[in-house]
Amino acid sequence: MSIDIQNVHKSFGNFVALEDISLKVPTGKLTTLLGPSGCGKTTLLRIIAGLEYADRGRILFDGMDVTDTPVQKRQIGFMFQHYALFRHKTIAENIAFGLKLLPKDRRPSNTDIKKRVDYLLELVQLPTLANAYPHQLSGGQRQRIALARALAVEPKLLLLDEPFGALDAKVRKELRTWLKNIHHELGVTSIMVTHDQEEARDVSDEIVVMNHGSVEQIGSPEELIANPSNEFVADFLDLV
Amino acid sequence: MQISNGYNYQDNAATRDAPWVRALFIGVATVFMIVMLVIPLMAVFYEAFKGGWELYLAALVEPEALQAIKLTLLTAAIVLPINIVMGLAIAWLVTRYQFKGKQLVTTLLDLPFSVSPVVAGLMFVLLFGLNSSFGGWLESMGIQVIFAVPGIVLATLFVTFPFIARELIPLMQSQGDSEEQAALTLGASGWQVFWHVTLPNIKWALLYGIILTNARAMGEFGAVSVVSGHIRGETNTMPLLVEIAYNEYNFTAAFALSSLLAGLALLTLLVQQIMTKMQTRKYEKGINRDAIAAPKLVVTPNSKQTVSATSNSTD
Repeated sequence: MSIDIQNVHKSFGNFVALEDISLKVPTGKLTTLLGPSGCGKTTLLRIIAGLEYADRGRILFDGMDVTDTPVQKRQIGFMFQHYALFRHKTIAENIAFGLKLLPKDRRPSNTDIKKRVDYLLELVQLPTLANAYPHQLSGGQRQRIALARALAVEPKLLLLDEPFGALDAKVRKELRTWLKNIHHELGVTSIMVTHDQEEARDVSDEIVVMNHGSVEQIGSPEELIANPSNEFVADFLDLV
Repeated sequence: MQISNGYNYQDNAATRDAPWVRALFIGVATVFMIVMLVIPLMAVFYEAFKGGWELYLAALVEPEALQAIKLTLLTAAIVLPINIVMGLAIAWLVTRYQFKGKQLVTTLLDLPFSVSPVVAGLMFVLLFGLNSSFGGWLESMGIQVIFAVPGIVLATLFVTFPFIARELIPLMQSQGDSEEQAALTLGASGWQVFWHVTLPNIKWALLYGIILTNARAMGEFGAVSVVSGHIRGETNTMPLLVEIAYNEYNFTAAFALSSLLAGLALLTLLVQQIMTKMQTRKYEKGINRDAIAAPKLVVTPNSKQTVSATSNSTD
């Protein structure tokens, strides 16, 4: 699913978070919004998700205007920095959550739901954890379950808000390689937010460098390294 | 009441107080509680059963006593559901919404605690009494509030109002709303978020708030006393009848009813103890187990990895 962001503007009181941003996100690719704290990348991600509303501008999914569509109807999967697993539900119940909420005519049978949960647990390589609770899992395991939960309802768009920010360095490296593999296998359009330029370079098909609510440069990791368009990009990507 | 499971420096031989300090604390606290709490409570039961079982039961089945018990139960039965709904609504409002005057709402919530119950009762008399314009209008419609059951319900509602919200608000604030946001992204409507995510997360605090509300609703004296008019056989709740009986030297009846109220208090404590045990047991069931063993994450640096049906266990 292609994403088209048109002239999105958002301020919080006197602080301008997004300055008239326009951006196209290609289908099936993993695009990273990269920038320092306060540059507006998380705000933009949440506006795409529907968790925030922009002051001005439009968001289009596959050419369809979803600016006024509520978050529940946008068919997205969202991953939070601190996982946001449902603490009083088992892992299997967490993953099945979105499926159980579907209206009667679209809801799969309980056996089909169980099959899908099992498939997703295999996908994230945690097949033995179905009956555990989130507090029994490590951070890395929780984030993998969070991905399984987001994928359960077959979203057209996957949004990741600093998904590895709360994990230690070794786990972070392992998980981002794993995420890249999963993305290649599934091909879901994905947008990730991070301030870690090494992570962005490792994982992305395309990077959008942001600063103070505007886009500085867009390109593949190789393009940005070869041709940083200004001093900020060069500095932020550690190219100086 | 949250029981924390944090590291306890008194359990650690290296950092705990000297034995005599611990003995002193425990001794003083125990003696104080026995003198101030246990002995008076025991005295109530002793006086109630002093004349024997038959006298005790006879005092309870007297028409006035039965009416008082019924009125107490009725008041609690009306006040409890209202407080549950309103307590949840206010907690949700304060912890999930941003609006001007939010601080005012939180402050107002404490009002019933700071106002003397007698003053609270008088408030309602002034507002709904026959001498006021509002009360006069209601009377012309055939509704009497003061010196009648509706007044008692209103006064009880006022004094029990804050309990549930005050239990829920700190918990909901500390839990944050990221789970609820996650539920939204998974397609949940507002009601589904509340029912499937919020409610399970607050259920213990809610239950505790309900128990506190119930104990206060059944035991309230001051506000209800001002508002009820003490009409025998009609507007006396159990606490009110205890005072009347005692003033008429009807000690058996007074202590019999008191023993019921004291029994309710003990039952409340018992339920709270059980709930706390269940809550800690459910939590400990998790952390005492070793970290869940799971297959090590199999990752190859190159792309195009297919997931096999059986995972590899390494180490």
